[in-house]
Amino acid sequence: MSEQTTAATDPLIADYEGKIQRDNRTGFDGYVVPVELLISFVNRLKNERGYDYLSSITSVDYEQDGYFEVVYHLYRILGGESMTLKVRTGRETPQVPSLYHIFPGADLQEREVWDLMGIKFEGHPDLRRVLLWEGFYGHPLQKDWKEPYFEEEIKPFKSRWPEGEPSYAEDKNPFADNVQYPADFDPTKWRESSESRLYSSLQQAGASILESDESDKIIINLGPQHPSTHGVFRMVANIEGERIVGLKPAFGYLHRNHEKIGERNTFIQNIPFTDRLDYICSMSNNLGYVQAVEMLMGLQPPERAEYIRVIMAELTRVINHVFWIGFLLNDLGAFFTPSLYALEERELILDVFEEVSGSRMMCNYMRFGGVVRDISPEVLEKIRILVNDRLPRKLEDFERYLTNSEIIRARCEGIGILTQEEAIAYSASGPVLRASGVPYDIRRAEPYSIYDRFDFNVAYATHGDVYDRYLVRVQEVKESIKILKQAINDIPEGPYLAGKSQYQVRVPAGEAYGRIESPKGELGFYIVSNGKPNPWRYHVRAPSFINLTGLEKMCLGEKVADVVVILGSIDIVLGEVDR
Amino acid sequence: MNGWEIIRGLGVTLGHFFDTYLEDIRWKGKRYRTKEGIEGRRNASVRGAFTIQYPEEKLPVWEEFRYLPFLVYDISAEGEREIRCTACGICSKVCPPQCIWITRKKDPETGRPITKPEVFAIDVDICMNCGFCAEFCPFDAIKMDHEYEIASRSRDGNIYQLEKLLKSKDYYHSIRPNNSSREEKEKLEKEAEKLKKSESTV
Repeated sequence: MSEQTTAATDPLIADYEGKIQRDNRTGFDGYVVPVELLISFVNRLKNERGYDYLSSITSVDYEQDGYFEVVYHLYRILGGESMTLKVRTGRETPQVPSLYHIFPGADLQEREVWDLMGIKFEGHPDLRRVLLWEGFYGHPLQKDWKEPYFEEEIKPFKSRWPEGEPSYAEDKNPFADNVQYPADFDPTKWRESSESRLYSSLQQAGASILESDESDKIIINLGPQHPSTHGVFRMVANIEGERIVGLKPAFGYLHRNHEKIGERNTFIQNIPFTDRLDYICSMSNNLGYVQAVEMLMGLQPPERAEYIRVIMAELTRVINHVFWIGFLLNDLGAFFTPSLYALEERELILDVFEEVSGSRMMCNYMRFGGVVRDISPEVLEKIRILVNDRLPRKLEDFERYLTNSEIIRARCEGIGILTQEEAIAYSASGPVLRASGVPYDIRRAEPYSIYDRFDFNVAYATHGDVYDRYLVRVQEVKESIKILKQAINDIPEGPYLAGKSQYQVRVPAGEAYGRIESPKGELGFYIVSNGKPNPWRYHVRAPSFINLTGLEKMCLGEKVADVVVILGSIDIVLGEVDR
Repeated sequence: MNGWEIIRGLGVTLGHFFDTYLEDIRWKGKRYRTKEGIEGRRNASVRGAFTIQYPEEKLPVWEEFRYLPFLVYDISAEGEREIRCTACGICSKVCPPQCIWITRKKDPETGRPITKPEVFAIDVDICMNCGFCAEFCPFDAIKMDHEYEIASRSRDGNIYQLEKLLKSKDYYHSIRPNNSSREEKEKLEKEAEKLKKSESTV
């Protein structure tokens, strides 16, 4: 990537006298930092070089070389080059110092790495499993971990062709017999301890936050089966009267280990699976994934394909934000009528998606090097009518009714505040980050696809409350419409796919971190290929998962009724949070 | 003045309510259960109620709409079914959830494999309707269907076998006219080219 030029000359790295090495493997990038130097080096990067935004933490299991690698992606919030750090630790007792005290945004991400890869983070204050339950045996992303119903290491399975004998999955994997645990473990004697750990950590934290006037604190559970939590999501809140003094999110109820599935799949088989991450914005997910793989392949899609992709991605943003506005009203107590009015716009756009891709939500539309099929002039005309007439008109309606509505302002202004510094520290992204006064948009900061050609503004606001998140999203829809108008006018004729679509793509060995500005925030795909038909590592940096890191901060001191609105304002989709 | 906002909000709903009836009058009773009426309600200029009253009325699906694969067969000059599938296995290799099972037919006398499927089964409980099988089939033998009402009382029949998957070329043409005409044309062109080549070599 682009940091190659500064590498040799940076005196900061020279200070470490050769202990910090560049990653020399072909196709790889960044620096390999010894475990003991990580904290000092990251501190200096943050303070002296301005790398203040921790975008992603993930890990790779290099089984054949006998170590785990924790991979950190750092950025500057003012824009500029990225910094990739790698820390290696042995497979026997993997342990790495936690970055929690430098970047609080590492909280959930480090817990995820511990949960799925089994790397301990020394100094993390609350290192519990996050997606799986506490009694789970093993860490599934380790390459030698196998599920109870294990067929084969990689797809395609040999049993399907040429000697296919169909069978029902549940015959091979009968219910109640589909678990695995160590031989000396007795499931009837097992006692759940994670809940008490969760409650006690909450009680300890809660005491130190508010000055209490000797009133009792109670721990209550909001969810997981609660209509206001946008899915199966649980918030464990420590309350004092009506006020929140501590709050921990608990989730993973929809977990299916998307990443392990992705490592079993071939590269192309992952595209329909990305649809199911954030099922409101499947086109954006497709785009993020194919872009990361294209980075590895060095493939450049043709002009028309780039335009089609931008049109689809921006229509997705319109869907997401309009949908969100509807559901904000739902969270505020206006049950379902307003959100159904918002769904009308979504329905019209989904019609377009269905016409071009064949499915309303699970679009599976992008391919490596382009899109699966061209869009017809009729579809373009349909989008033109939507963009020029229908959407601006509807948006104006929304604004007239909502923006100055006394009820909305009373409920949203000053609620759920995340300050500028906090938003950066908690690795918030997307509208949550921009509403806190950080005009950081990847479309502008690190333009991908053809976003550098369009004239648009980065929407932002300065108060960091729920109301500002609403304003930012409304503004963003307007900017999206602006981009769409330009894209529809400029779209050239030509091929929509580079070369021929192939079911087995050759992806050279290497790593790539492709990130896009999805409607919910920074959607990143970290892919490691070893030149085989399946990815060696496939990681999703899910924006709504990481935006939840700041949830507790936003909720402290607020009332219980507002917590619902604050959670809604982050805009989570559980398909993506739980993965 | 919180009361005013509530009235204003209710006004929006009321407006929507009246719009629906005004539209009904404007359409002179033809808004529901007619083709034009359904089209009128999926249009960007729609006002009032938006919903399609399934199952009494159904939205027509787009040509590219995809739901569960099926196998296409041709009718030969003798009136026999000719399955296009050659059991090459590409669909089963590209299938993301691995729900396609194929076995090649064997010649009863010599025991040699012939390029026709003996077993072709799709577990529709697992199929994720991605359409990769249809996209990558080199013989246009497997295509995605439009039939979406497949609820059943038991899961026993949900591994579709060859007989259930087979549908005629005419059916395929009826649901995807543009695609099938294009493929036919390409096929004819290819054959003409082949013929030309063989003539020139002779």
